[in-house]
Formats: sequence, C-alpha cells, structure tokens
Amino acid sequence: MRFRAKIVDFACLNHFGRIINTIAKLAKTCTLRLTVGKLYFILSDKVANGGVSMWCELCQGNFFDEFQMEGVAAEHNEIYLELVPENLSRALKTAQNAKAVKIKLTNKHCPCLRVAVELPSLSSSSRIVTHDIPVGVIPKRLWNDFREPSVPDFDVSIYLPVLKTMKSVVERMKNLSNSIVIEANLSGEMNLKIETDLVSVTTHFKDLGNPPWASEDGCQSSAQDRNLESMAEARIDIRKLQQLLAGQQVNPTKALCNIVSKRIVHFILLHEDVSLQYFIPALA
Amino acid sequence: MAGPAQPPASGEPFVLAASLDNARNLSGLLRAVHFQDHATCFATANGLRVTVEDAKCIQANAFIQAEIFQEFAVQEESVTFRINLSVLLDCLTIFGTSSSPGTSTALRMCYRGYGYPLMLFLEEGGVVTVCKINTQEPDELLDFDFCSTKVVNKIILQSEGLREAFAELDMTSEVLQITMSPDKPYFRLSTFGNSGSAHLDYPRDSDLMEAFHCTQTQTNRYKISLLKPSAKALALSCKVSIRTDARGFLSLQYMIRNEDGQICFVEYYCCPDEDITEAEL
Repeated sequence: MRFRAKIVDFACLNHFGRIINTIAKLAKTCTLRLTVGKLYFILSDKVANGGVSMWCELCQGNFFDEFQMEGVAAEHNEIYLELVPENLSRALKTAQNAKAVKIKLTNKHCPCLRVAVELPSLSSSSRIVTHDIPVGVIPKRLWNDFREPSVPDFDVSIYLPVLKTMKSVVERMKNLSNSIVIEANLSGEMNLKIETDLVSVTTHFKDLGNPPWASEDGCQSSAQDRNLESMAEARIDIRKLQQLLAGQQVNPTKALCNIVSKRIVHFILLHEDVSLQYFIPALA
Repeated sequence: MAGPAQPPASGEPFVLAASLDNARNLSGLLRAVHFQDHATCFATANGLRVTVEDAKCIQANAFIQAEIFQEFAVQEESVTFRINLSVLLDCLTIFGTSSSPGTSTALRMCYRGYGYPLMLFLEEGGVVTVCKINTQEPDELLDFDFCSTKVVNKIILQSEGLREAFAELDMTSEVLQITMSPDKPYFRLSTFGNSGSAHLDYPRDSDLMEAFHCTQTQTNRYKISLLKPSAKALALSCKVSIRTDARGFLSLQYMIRNEDGQICFVEYYCCPDEDITEAEL
C-alpha cells in the first residue's frame, strides 16, 4: 500500500483546504477512500452519527500535480483510511502561502498521513513544516460498509434557495427549536417550518425549480401523475441542517435536495470539481 | 401607500396593525433594551413602547413613535401584552442581522388582542416568513416616578465619549459610582474592583459635554451588573442625557438615529444601591 501526492498550485491548494474545512465541519471522523482517479470522504449512517451520512467525491486530477497510489492488491487498487478531518484541515491551514504540499502515507510507528508543507523562506533552503496525522487503515473485508449510497426513491426533488438566505433563516430558527420541517412540492415551492409552545415560524420560498431526473421505470416516472402542489415533508434535527449550510463557504454550482416524506432528506451540492451528498434522516 | 391588510375572514379584527419598510428600524432599538427574555409592549396611537425590567431596580424603555412606521393603527385606546423579546428579535432578524446595502426586510405586524398571538410577516427578496408569537398577561410595571421638575443634576454628553468607558467598566466592582457636581470633579465615574479603584472624570468644559446643569454635589452608587446592559443603548446612540433626582434615582436617555436618519429614544431608569454603604467601600 503506497500513497504519495503533491499540490503545487496556489489556487488548488486553497480550494482543497476549503473542501477539507467543509468536511471537518460535517464529520468528526470519516473515511478517506483513495482510488487512482478520485478521493472520497465518506461518512456512513451509523447510529453514532445520528443517522446522518455523507459522500463527497473529488477528481484528484483537479487538485494534485502528482498523485501516485497503490492499493491493497492489484484487483482492489484502493486504500480506505479512517481519519479525523479536522486534523487534516488544521495542517492545511498552515499551507496558505506554501510553495508546495506533499502528502504521503507512512507507517513509522503507526499509520499516518504525513503532510509536509514547504514554506517560502529567505534563505536558499526551504522551511518545511510536517504534520503527522494518525489514520486507521480499514481492512478490505469492511469496504462494503462504505459503498456509494443510492439516490433514494424520493417524493419531491427541488433546487435549494439561495444558500445565504437559507443559512440565515435556519440559524435563527435554531435558536427557537431543535427540529425543523422541510417541505417542498413539484411546483418549485419550499417551506421551512418550526413550531414550539412559544412560537411558530414558516419561511416560504417560491420559484425554486424542480430538477429533471431521467425517468426510469418505477416511482420517478409517475411524478407526472402526482399532484404538483402536494408537499413532501420531513422533520429533521435543525443542527444537522445548520452544520451543512454553515460549512458551505463557496456557493455551489448546483444545490438541490430530494425529500422522501417522513423518512429522509438527501442534499446534493455540486461544485465544478467536487460533489457533496448529505443525508439527514427524519426524526421519529 | 397601500391601505391596511384585509384581516383574515375568521377571528377578531386587528387591534394593532403596523407596517415598516425596514425591520431593522425596530429590531435595532429593541436590541438596545434586550437584557431579559421578557418585555412588555404598550401601543397607543402615538407609537410603541417596549419595556424590560430586572430585579425591581432597573427599567429600560424603547420608544418607536408612530411616524417611524409606514402604517401604525391602534383600534383601542391602548394595547398591552407581554412577549418573549428574544423570540421577537430572532423573528425580526430572521433574514440575518448584517445590513447589506440595498436590501432590507419589510415587516407587517398584526395583533388581534388579548389572548391572541402577535403575527409578523417579514419579506426580503421575494421570500416571506410568517411568525406567530404567543403573548402573555402583561406584568405590572415599576413606576420610578422620575419627573423633569425634580431633577437635581443633568448633563448631556456625546455618546462617543462614554462608549469606551462603559465597554471597559471594571466588572469585578459591585457598583458603578456616579458623582455629579457643580464643582470639581463635575462628572466622575468610579469603580472599586479587585485591582483597585478607577475614576474617570469628564470636565465641564470638555468638547463632549453638550449641556451641564448641576445644582448640587451628588454621589450615588448603582449595581454595575444592572447598568452594564445599557452599554448596548449607548453604543447605538449619538447623545446621552444623564439625570439624577433628590432620591439618587438615575435616568439615562439615549438619542438613537436609525438607518433612515430618524430619531428614536431609549431610556434606562435605575435606583441607587441601598446595600452598599460608605463603610464597606
């Protein structure tokens, strides 16, 4: 098992750092899956996470100038590591003005991702700051736990409103209630609602648009028969939604959510070179 | 200007209906008195007064006169209710607190009377938020019986002169001592904390002093924890008037200019601290 990669480009480094920062806000611990072409940050829906799951995918070619990976075996040319993304985020924060960042999988005393940040220096020799981030190697027999989640059989798919507005509203609502109801219909309308003994607040978004999904045999194609006005809704933990929105530092190219009434809300946030899927289950 | 909204078919007509193009002209002022969760709202044809009290020693009032609103209609002589001010502020600022230029939140406020919730309709950029906040039985409010004719000492200061002093008050001191006098030190703020006493003097001929009418030397002490929240009002204001009466009751009146240049007032009343005597200091 070998892994070694290098980022030299300033913009790529900053972008990568921002993505890791977003991941760190969403998960205390997660799985990093390395393949020849991609990196994945995965959180599977264990009870410990409150049933939340995450799938974040990046093409390594968009970020790394050098990327060499040898997996556990030829037929399984992948590496799965468990890590604390906050550690990686902190290491990358020191790299804001770096000339280059090298990441290497090492196993001196225990498996680590060694992040070597080469900083500019006035003398001829560079200054290098090295961070050793402990990781856990996940054995092949457990890889099935981290398969890509399938798009659920949703009732409504709708584009999200301007994230800045959604973020402000959810942040205020978080002061008032622990849970929030997201409801949306196929006419591009979405409501965010909270209700407690003291207060009820509903925010109405209109004209959001509903993404066209390729019709398959099955429920999706019967969407045309469904009443366009009827709302699919789910009550979710408001802090999980707020964490997702707060972690978005850059506006995504596309942001949408799929609602399975009373079961789960599936968020998809797409940027040019990274896609993030986040699943928040409905509260009992 | 649009007429009042049609009240929905069911229920009583509104006893209070108001519209405001920029909700910050209300939320800003309410923040200046937000040191407790609950407030009493009192509306008459003249406008809205929101009162917050603590420990039976301090009372803050925010006045938003009817002219600030684009529409303000009260159907009875007066309308009073108690409401959770923290919740009200979260609702008024639902679209965020930062004032980006060009965007503002429009507000419509409706109340049907005793037992009904306060309804807020807020709109920004085509997005509408509807809030229903439960109201409670109004509390009996303190009457400080502070009238202008019994004022012993009065000064008017530009707020910028006092802001830093208030922000840096030594909170390890139990009291804030205010001395006002026709003679030196004229106007002095004192604290007595763990590191020692601190005195801040303002000379009567200072540039910051807009008016100085002191007839008698008075030194009064007020619980610092009760007065500290007034720093919020001070931060928003351009001028502050400080008055005391013969009993040592303190009146602080803050002149606040809102985003549209209109003037509103916030006042704080505080009674002197009886517990601390000269000997203990």
